[in-house]
Amino acid sequence: MIDFDRVSITYPDAPRTTLSGVDLHVPEGELCLVIGQTGSGKSTLLRAVNGLVPHFTGGTLAGRVTVAGRDTATHPPRDLADVVGVVGQDPTAGFVTDVVEDELAYGMESLGLRSDVMRRRVEETLDLLGLADLRARALSTLSGGQRQRVAIGSVLTSHPSVLVLDEPTSALDPPAAEEVLAALQRLVHDLGITVVLAEHRLERVLQYADRVIHVPGASAPLRIGSPADIMCDAPIAPPVVELGRLAGWSPLPLTIRDARRQADGLRDRLTTISGGDGGRIDNGAHPATPGEQVAVTCDLTVRYGAIAALRGVDFSVHAGEIVALMGRNGAGKSTLLRALTGLSRADGGAARVLGHDPRSLSPRQLVTHVGLVPQQPADLLYADTIAAECTAADRDAQATPGTSRELLDRLVPNLDPDAHPRDLSEGQRLGLVLAIVLVAAPPVLLLDEPTRGLDYAAKARLVTILRELAADGHAIVLATHDVELAASASTRTVVIADGEVVVDAPTAEAVVGSPAFAPQVAKVLAPLPWLTVEHVARTLGAAS
Amino acid sequence: MPTLQTDRLVPRTLHPGAWWLWAIGLTAVASRSRNPLLLLLVLAVAGYVVSARRSDAPWARAFTVFLKIGLVVIVIRTVAQVVLGNPIDGQVLFTLPELPLPDWAAGVTFGGPVTAPSVAAAVTDGLRLATVLACIGAANALANPKRLLAAMPAALYEIGVALVVALSFAPSLVTSVQRIRAARRLRGRPDRGVRGMITVAMPVLEDALERSLALAAAMDSRGYGRRAEVPATTRRTTSMLLLGGLIGISLGVYGLLDATGPAWLGIPVLLLGVVMATGGLALAGRRAVRSRYRPDPWSVPEWLTTAAGAAAVSGVAITGLRDAAALNPDLLPLTGLPLPVAAALGILVAAVPAWVTPRPPRTTPTSPPDPRPSATSTLTQSIDEPDRTTPVTT
Repeated sequence: MIDFDRVSITYPDAPRTTLSGVDLHVPEGELCLVIGQTGSGKSTLLRAVNGLVPHFTGGTLAGRVTVAGRDTATHPPRDLADVVGVVGQDPTAGFVTDVVEDELAYGMESLGLRSDVMRRRVEETLDLLGLADLRARALSTLSGGQRQRVAIGSVLTSHPSVLVLDEPTSALDPPAAEEVLAALQRLVHDLGITVVLAEHRLERVLQYADRVIHVPGASAPLRIGSPADIMCDAPIAPPVVELGRLAGWSPLPLTIRDARRQADGLRDRLTTISGGDGGRIDNGAHPATPGEQVAVTCDLTVRYGAIAALRGVDFSVHAGEIVALMGRNGAGKSTLLRALTGLSRADGGAARVLGHDPRSLSPRQLVTHVGLVPQQPADLLYADTIAAECTAADRDAQATPGTSRELLDRLVPNLDPDAHPRDLSEGQRLGLVLAIVLVAAPPVLLLDEPTRGLDYAAKARLVTILRELAADGHAIVLATHDVELAASASTRTVVIADGEVVVDAPTAEAVVGSPAFAPQVAKVLAPLPWLTVEHVARTLGAAS
Repeated sequence: MPTLQTDRLVPRTLHPGAWWLWAIGLTAVASRSRNPLLLLLVLAVAGYVVSARRSDAPWARAFTVFLKIGLVVIVIRTVAQVVLGNPIDGQVLFTLPELPLPDWAAGVTFGGPVTAPSVAAAVTDGLRLATVLACIGAANALANPKRLLAAMPAALYEIGVALVVALSFAPSLVTSVQRIRAARRLRGRPDRGVRGMITVAMPVLEDALERSLALAAAMDSRGYGRRAEVPATTRRTTSMLLLGGLIGISLGVYGLLDATGPAWLGIPVLLLGVVMATGGLALAGRRAVRSRYRPDPWSVPEWLTTAAGAAAVSGVAITGLRDAAALNPDLLPLTGLPLPVAAALGILVAAVPAWVTPRPPRTTPTSPPDPRPSATSTLTQSIDEPDRTTPVTT
């Protein structure tokens, strides 16, 4: 279905080829998972499938890419629209109309299909993706998962034989991600559509893949094989595979179910080591001593128009703590962070940071009390080089010149000071923004969805950094959908549902046994309270 | 009339063109009349129809916004008249201290006596502008402007899409401004004042550019701009016709407006130009492969709505012929204001669409929310992106 024949892609001004000598054949009806670190060329590979690279992005493509017999060199993306459907990372960015039904029809209108054909396909697609109730809804009123399904539906109506998706679940909460993946699964099984999917959160998608393409980056050759083969030694692996490697299980488990069936021995060993009582719950993130309370909300209510985003929330965080804030898309996590920085006004109750109302602080004072890394970290960047950004940050925070550069070197070493912040990878950019926020030494640090677009290595690095900061006495709050991050970094988990706090407990207590929020290791080892591979490894290491 | 009956019962969106024609009729009435009674009647009719037939979609809130802008217009117009205007002779309400102005500002007064007729004239003038705005607002609230653009002829489709994209960028630009202003505060920089706004402009533009690139890539991938193969001769004929039509229309308009030109340069050349341009557009449409999904039908309710708009215009036209003074009456005393029957009846007829058009379908979730997990997040979607609904006031 998709054929890459000795394909090399070079962008203008790039020091080396992004992909070189790629030979790839994807047969019909396969679900192909593309993995690799950020910046390794995954997106380039995906966008080459329908000719967006090089027709849209520029650069040179050597070799030949053919899809269903059409060469992308002679067919621009619009002439491949009836064979390849592409869904980007942010579905909202690709919406052309403003009602669900019209959006589904847009692609077909461009192809000039007859109106009775369009009617039939829209109805079929509405049913296939469970969108029938939403047909007349305005796109702006949909939730994240619904938007992603509409985006998939909008390319499906053209009856493409190939569907290309770039990180379809990265912005979604766990239930919404499952909703989308279930829909994809159905397309592959029932309609025989070929799906090419890039994703960082392997724990969500690995179980559905027929084949894995590992893009190692730095123009190294691709590794292509069955999930089990690739996972044996891939540097990127979900926790369940890591656990399998640690325990020496064979065959290597790819799903929770496979792992549980082999986990009896490990569970017994862990129980014996910890003395039969389930073990001391310690994921390595505990503060030595709980510090003083630094930020607190008291009966906090925030409304947007007629909708209450937060209703009577009591929340507090102490120095040295890392709190994970979890909940559905739109449950009120971001609003709580915004209230703690004074960006949202309290309609009832109060938010206090070190005893001050954050809204009464001037921006200058605010940064020395609380720092927020927003969902799009790039919002905080203005300058055109890293060096200029660091100088400006020192000036803003009235810190000694050079402080933020030192911080940055600690967080992300060896960045070129003349590089443009927009050219950095997601992980590097997050590091830069963290350095800028931390230069004012705020005792309270808030992060909104920090792992969006981060690979496992960058995530591990972030966890180490957060623990160091907590050990230095910072209080940290993470709003996140990433259960693995919450499990490995946080000491306490707070779950918000519909504007109210429903769980506030030590992380292990909060997530073990929860179907939505339990990390993979906890699901494999339940009812034992081990949450991360690192934790298991430490326990086993201590015993031997 | 069975067609009318079924059309009325089944909720559907009325053809946007019908609403716009209706609104243009009311706008014409408002701009012709300086009679406050007629203007208030137009406002009442527009408001009634909007409240009866607007959908629950986000763009349907436009009417209130336009009404508010209209109020501001009235206030500004009145204050400007009181402070700066030359008073019309009449009863003096009060006298403001007069500011002597230098010679070069002759003709402009600052302060001085304020008379009742001049205030009445200013309020009426403001009211007229506000009514025109309200009519445009009514069209925006009743008909999605995007759907109107989608109904354009195939050859103009691409221009239509450019406009659609521009329309959707206005709200997203507001969102970026708010997001980036919030970010400035988080960086510890002042988020208000002129300098604050200037430094925000750059990231906002970058943001907008990135979004438009993403949208362009998505549209290209979905087949936007596909072309049917047409013979080279057809393509040449199309260009000739379009160019010829353009020249014909320009010359014709010139001939019509310039009384000294030869007679043949007027209407005949204009007609020729229009025919050529129409032919060119029709031929150009052949290159576009587009089709339309569920085009809005044009049936009885559409005709009735358009007719209602036309009735309002005719009413004012009749009054204009028979009793022109009633359209531009002496404003004082207020009790002596005339109410021309033909114009008033015409405007009242324009309220008929409130009954004869189908109700619009719902576009937002019905309550109670369905039990699917996504339903609750839908209701609270705006919470995730608070900037859409609430300005950041810091």
